[in-house]
Amino acid sequence: MSIADWFSARETKRYTQVADRRVAAPSGSDVPDGVWVKCDGCKRTIYEGELVENERVCSACGHHFDLTAPQRIELLADENSFVEFGADLAPCDPLSFVAAKPYGAQLTAAAEKSGLPEAVVIGRACISEHPIVMAVMDFRFIGASMGSVVGEKIARAFETATAERLPIVIVTASGGARMQEGMLSLMQMAKTSAAARQHSDAGLVYISVLTNPTYGGVTASFAVLGDVIFAEPGAMIGFAGPKLVEQTTRQKLPKSFQTSESLLEHGMIDGIVARGELRSGIASVIGYLKPAEARSVANGGGL
Amino acid sequence: MPKPRHIMEFERPLIELERQLAELQQLDLVDNIELSAEIDALAAQIEQLHHETYKHLSPWDRVQIARHPQRPKTQHYVETLFADVVELHGDRAFGDDEAMFAGLATLDGRRVAVLGHRKGTNTKENIRRNFGSPHPEGFRKAMRVMDLAEKFGLPVVSFLDTAGASPGLEDEERGQAWAIAESLAKLSGLKVPVVVVGIGEGGSGGALAIGFGDRLIMLENAYYSVISPEMCAQILYKDASQAETASSCLRMTAADLLGLGVVDEIVQEPLGGAQTAPDQVFEAVRESVNRALLELAIVDTAVLVARRYEKLRAIGEYCSLDE
Repeated sequence: MSIADWFSARETKRYTQVADRRVAAPSGSDVPDGVWVKCDGCKRTIYEGELVENERVCSACGHHFDLTAPQRIELLADENSFVEFGADLAPCDPLSFVAAKPYGAQLTAAAEKSGLPEAVVIGRACISEHPIVMAVMDFRFIGASMGSVVGEKIARAFETATAERLPIVIVTASGGARMQEGMLSLMQMAKTSAAARQHSDAGLVYISVLTNPTYGGVTASFAVLGDVIFAEPGAMIGFAGPKLVEQTTRQKLPKSFQTSESLLEHGMIDGIVARGELRSGIASVIGYLKPAEARSVANGGGL
Repeated sequence: MPKPRHIMEFERPLIELERQLAELQQLDLVDNIELSAEIDALAAQIEQLHHETYKHLSPWDRVQIARHPQRPKTQHYVETLFADVVELHGDRAFGDDEAMFAGLATLDGRRVAVLGHRKGTNTKENIRRNFGSPHPEGFRKAMRVMDLAEKFGLPVVSFLDTAGASPGLEDEERGQAWAIAESLAKLSGLKVPVVVVGIGEGGSGGALAIGFGDRLIMLENAYYSVISPEMCAQILYKDASQAETASSCLRMTAADLLGLGVVDEIVQEPLGGAQTAPDQVFEAVRESVNRALLELAIVDTAVLVARRYEKLRAIGEYCSLDE
């Protein structure tokens, strides 16, 4: 990690409230030996190798560490089943946005840091042999904020699933809409929601998996339009960030505020699924929620 | 008693000269000091400054105008443009949000459903209306009326004027994000024409939830943005006082958005903003909305919805690494 990257990582952390921890090594690369990570849940020091074996869940307290998109795909998709599409789409700086750090430079740094051209990876895959379309967001890329490319890729993922009559699974993590693309970003909320609706109108199933953290324009668009919405334990999920809510409400927020557990209690999600059960949970729902015509054929067949 | 004039930041030099002129005129009249030459010179200077001030507005100036307390609000448009208004209340689940107007109305003989963010005209009313920032039940009321419009084939006319959706604790607990997302999905496939008019503030998801459709018309000084300039400045520059810089970076004015392909049409405002001659603005908006409704009325429903989707699909800029 260069000094510049270190600064940018530090800067990002300051306002995205990512806890101070090492950025996980991208999938495929060997995890360096002898690295110790502090658990955000129980503050225990964990050996990196142990964490990897346990799908990056703390074996002592069950805290779920954030995953990168490649790690998530490896965890959910059947072995060697994932085939990416839309990988050529890359962001530009349509507004020539001026900030302390120019947007163009930020994009370059994010690409270097994550090894990804943008904050979402989309592709065809299988989950327990069910063919699906899959989209996974990666928080390392400018807080997985949604700009033109993220919106376009999510829309293409839905459109591909609609055209090929496939279920779609989206794993979200995002700080919200990407300010540096202004209204173009806001309109991606409408675009992705429109694509989600077309997929839904075609009678196909969408399973949304909300992971830590999912906020703003992503929560308030495609993320919560799933037929079934799962969340990982302890994930922070909301519309407005907790600081803004606290300022607005002028009272101390409950400790569980905006956690998966609180969302479940308020009836906003279908279930909290631990990482180890996520794959079977998704497969199970896909098995139940087949397109209606498939069901009538099945019924006709005497099932 | 007439309301005291609300002075916007960028008007101050002009107001100062006007005050000086009034003083001179007072001296001239009351104290009988011959000052007509000075008065004429100052008046000419004022006229020039007046022109310069209002003809070359910066994005930040326009934000001030968009937020002007005397700027015409949704209820003024509803009262002026439409006849036989029937307001519809409540989301049938939790409550009635006074930050959201929903109802049925007639525009020059055409039956329509009307939606709009609703700010107050004074502090007391603003508190009741949460300063025009809807709660989840506001968006759910809007969706209920969208369903009605679709069921009975009424076009939807929607007025945008909100700083954003309400970011309170209870809004979160009642699913603010869910309400907005569901509204976006509903609006995207609604089988009736949707005409949107940005009349003041267009703050983020709370505006977008009722803020896109087959035509997006914006008043010259209205804004529409992914985030408020203040909050953008706070996050990107760590300094809320950089809001002025942020307001130009965000490209949030009607003219900017026409260039980006987000907005379809701009309605000109009188010099200084809509509050200086509201009737003129009402008339221009009536004409634009009527024209849009007339054009959209003859479009086949399937084509209408497909075009709306294509329009959304086309928004965004990116490049291909393969090229």
